[in-house]
Amino acid sequence: MSFEQFLFYFFSTVLVGSAVAMITVRNPVHAALFLVLAFFTCAAHWIMLEAEFLGILLVLVYVGAVMVLFLFVVMMLDINVARVREGFARLLPVGLVVAVGMMVVMAMVVGAKVFQVESPGRADADYSNTEAIGRLLYTEYVYPFEIAAVILLVAIIAAIVLTLRRRRDSLYMDPAEQVRVQRKDRVRLIKMEAEKK
Amino acid sequence: MDTIYLLIVLAPLFGAIAAGLFGQQLGRTGAHTVTVAGVAVSFLLSLVVFWHHVFGGGGVYNETVYTWLVSDGIRFEVGFLIDNLTALMMLVVTFVSLMVHIYTIGYMHEDPGYQRFFALISLFTFSMLVLVMANNFMQLFFGWEAVGLVSYLLIGFWFKRPTAIHANLKAFIVNRVGDFAFVLGIAAIVFYTGSLDYATVFGQAEGMSQAGISVLPGTEWSLLTVACILLFIGAMAKSAQVPLHVWLPDSMEGPTPISALIHAATMVTAGIFMVARMSPLYEFSVTALGFVLIIGAVTAFFMGLVGLVQNDIKRVVAYSTLSQLGYMTVALGASAYAAGIFHLMTHAFFKALLFLAAGSVIMAMHHEQDIRRMGGLRKYMPITYATALIGSLALIGFPGLAGFFSKDGIIEAVSLSEIPGAGIAYVLILLGVFVTALYTFRMFFLVFHGEERFRHAAPGTDHDHGHDHDGHGHGLQGDPKESPWVVTVPLILLAIPSVLAGYFVGPLLFGDFFAGVIHVDETRDVLARLGESYTGVMGYITHGLAMPPFWLAMAGLATAWYVYTKRPDIADNARRRAPWAYDLLNRSYGFDQFNDVVFARGTQRLGQWLWRFGDTLLIDTTLVNGSARVVGWASRQVRQVQTGYVYHYAFAMIIGLLVLIMAFAF
Amino acid sequence: MIPLSHYLILGAILFALSVTGIFLNRKNLILLLMCIELMLLAVNMNFVAFSHYLGDLSGQIFVFFILTVAAAEAAIGLAILVLVFRNRQTINVQDLDEMKG
Repeated sequence: MSFEQFLFYFFSTVLVGSAVAMITVRNPVHAALFLVLAFFTCAAHWIMLEAEFLGILLVLVYVGAVMVLFLFVVMMLDINVARVREGFARLLPVGLVVAVGMMVVMAMVVGAKVFQVESPGRADADYSNTEAIGRLLYTEYVYPFEIAAVILLVAIIAAIVLTLRRRRDSLYMDPAEQVRVQRKDRVRLIKMEAEKK
Repeated sequence: MDTIYLLIVLAPLFGAIAAGLFGQQLGRTGAHTVTVAGVAVSFLLSLVVFWHHVFGGGGVYNETVYTWLVSDGIRFEVGFLIDNLTALMMLVVTFVSLMVHIYTIGYMHEDPGYQRFFALISLFTFSMLVLVMANNFMQLFFGWEAVGLVSYLLIGFWFKRPTAIHANLKAFIVNRVGDFAFVLGIAAIVFYTGSLDYATVFGQAEGMSQAGISVLPGTEWSLLTVACILLFIGAMAKSAQVPLHVWLPDSMEGPTPISALIHAATMVTAGIFMVARMSPLYEFSVTALGFVLIIGAVTAFFMGLVGLVQNDIKRVVAYSTLSQLGYMTVALGASAYAAGIFHLMTHAFFKALLFLAAGSVIMAMHHEQDIRRMGGLRKYMPITYATALIGSLALIGFPGLAGFFSKDGIIEAVSLSEIPGAGIAYVLILLGVFVTALYTFRMFFLVFHGEERFRHAAPGTDHDHGHDHDGHGHGLQGDPKESPWVVTVPLILLAIPSVLAGYFVGPLLFGDFFAGVIHVDETRDVLARLGESYTGVMGYITHGLAMPPFWLAMAGLATAWYVYTKRPDIADNARRRAPWAYDLLNRSYGFDQFNDVVFARGTQRLGQWLWRFGDTLLIDTTLVNGSARVVGWASRQVRQVQTGYVYHYAFAMIIGLLVLIMAFAF
Repeated sequence: MIPLSHYLILGAILFALSVTGIFLNRKNLILLLMCIELMLLAVNMNFVAFSHYLGDLSGQIFVFFILTVAAAEAAIGLAILVLVFRNRQTINVQDLDEMKG
């Protein structure tokens, strides 16, 4: 077993193990942390596949931003942990059947001859994956790239708008309303009889 | 000439519009003045046209006046075809119409619907002129339907009487049956020729007779025969031939002038005219001619028999009209179109005369129509009596009067004809002559001779008719009076052609009056063969004296005289001896009952069945509600799938993905 | 050397596990979202593997876009989740059956 194979099996084991743990642990915080672990090992796999940029990106963006967001939400919401795994034992056999069935079918597909591709071997030492992706991204895929940027912008705005809550109890004043105010809104003159003594 | 033709058609229309829409403003006198003037203009111009075409050597006029629309190469036009046949018909129509207009002034004197009546008969004159002057099938059909419509309106003129409403509905519906076939016939012709124009269609008649049409699967019939028979079925309804004759006796619910004009002289002869006009088509189909012949002969004889037992004076004349229409049809079937048209003309005069005379009698009897309560009117109504006698003699074919020439011509023609069925037809129409004389003079003697039965108001033994329309009491106070001059003048004017019209027998039947108008195949040209022995009017009369029709007519006359003036008990005895025969005739062979049971109730039952089974059960319950219920049931089943749980949907997606992968894997 | 099919089978295992995860977790919407993230990771794994073995960088570009969209999806998904919790005080998936037919 070469070192490379060792690393592959090591990371694969950790990856599958953390995935299994993620879907079975009781506490959502733990599940999120196991997912972070899965992401880390996956990034390692990608680096082994000479996709260094994506590997770093996965760690920075997913672990650094998305999973933090998950954890934040998990901790912010008051979730009844006891109820989270209700009916787990009842569903497990069915889940296993589904998983195994799917696994078998996909293995049959993947095991086909067409996927028996020879490894291309290692790239040169001065090869930069980041640079290559950058060249491709800013030339051939420049429009999809821009659109992806717009999608992210939309997602930001959507997330803000969705969660925005106008509080009723704040003493906020609308300056425009204050400027617009007129005399008749504030003063009312009433004619009345002089009272007799 | 265009202007004159247009004027002839439009003058009565103008009168009709004036009297119909502005009757209130015009008043009674105004209404009858304008309509009589319109028809008079029409009549005088028709005379001019007749003169121009027959004596002035004016050729055939066949022009389109107005193109209504062109659709897929088929031209819908308004046009006139004026030849000798049309000129003759125009003359007959306008003359009788004029007489009836004048007569109506007297007859309808007391009626509240005076203006309406004049408007309608003028409208009728217009429609009939459009019909006879047409040079294409579209216009023919327009006229055909228009006269039918006016007929409907006039039969139901006294619309407050249930019987009249019944009768006009009946006439309308029976005519629809015929019109349906008529339209199909026109459609068959247009289908082959692609044209509505007479000349074009006639030019392709021979080709049409070769063409076949598959009416029923597996059969191949001559297109021409089918078209001709369909057209003739239309004529059967309009000209009241068996079995579509049922409406005509009932149409006597209308005022008497109408019976004279529409249901005796003109409209009912439209079918005869149409067949004569289509002679270039009919000549190519012996089958159709045989069909026409048999229908005509059956009508001529059997409807005459029914006339024997009728007691309503107008119904007797009505059945006589049926019988005479049968004679005309027989002539058409025997390819003696000229004889048919000739009889049409003479019949128009003497039948209009008889109807108007009957109307005169009815007026004198204060709207009593039962001939058993008349009698001895001769000395009270001398003019009516004399004209009625002329009419009756003309009807039975007394030598020298109009009916003799035309009827004899028909009988002789049929005896020479070799068309299948001509033998039976000959026997039937020969017997018909005897029957005609019998019923005509039965009525004549009962009305004008014998005891004055109207003086005692004894109701008849089977007094079942509902004709006491206007609440006049039975039994007369005082003597019946002769009618006013507006009634008697038309009678006299009609009596003249009833006598004289027959003397045109030479040119009309055997001459070349209809040359180029009526086409007869040379092998069947019976009139030409008759003409070979024609030596002039006197010779024709003396020849006729030796022939069976004359003696049969005389025998009928004598029998009627003996039975109904000398020995009235013979008739009663005969009725008692053979009640079934009397019953059969009195119910006129049960056509009405048959129609009632089979068509009316059958249709009702069919409709109910279709309603119960087809509509309610099949469509409403099964199809409409059923499909809704199936959809509802299916939806209830399917909605179980919609759990609302996100993971179920996700799971369904994954299963679908799995299936797709498996399809890829295997 | 590690053959391509190893990576593909690894991706398949991750995918199957995430499907099982979706199947097992009926109480917590967050866990469902996390399973979807895992599922996307499995797909990305295949993309990167193919990209490497076929020597085509397009696969990695695809992964780049998938990561972008997944980040957006996670953000909006969590925002919706927060809204759901705020309105219903639960994120139990079995309680969310408004769409039941």
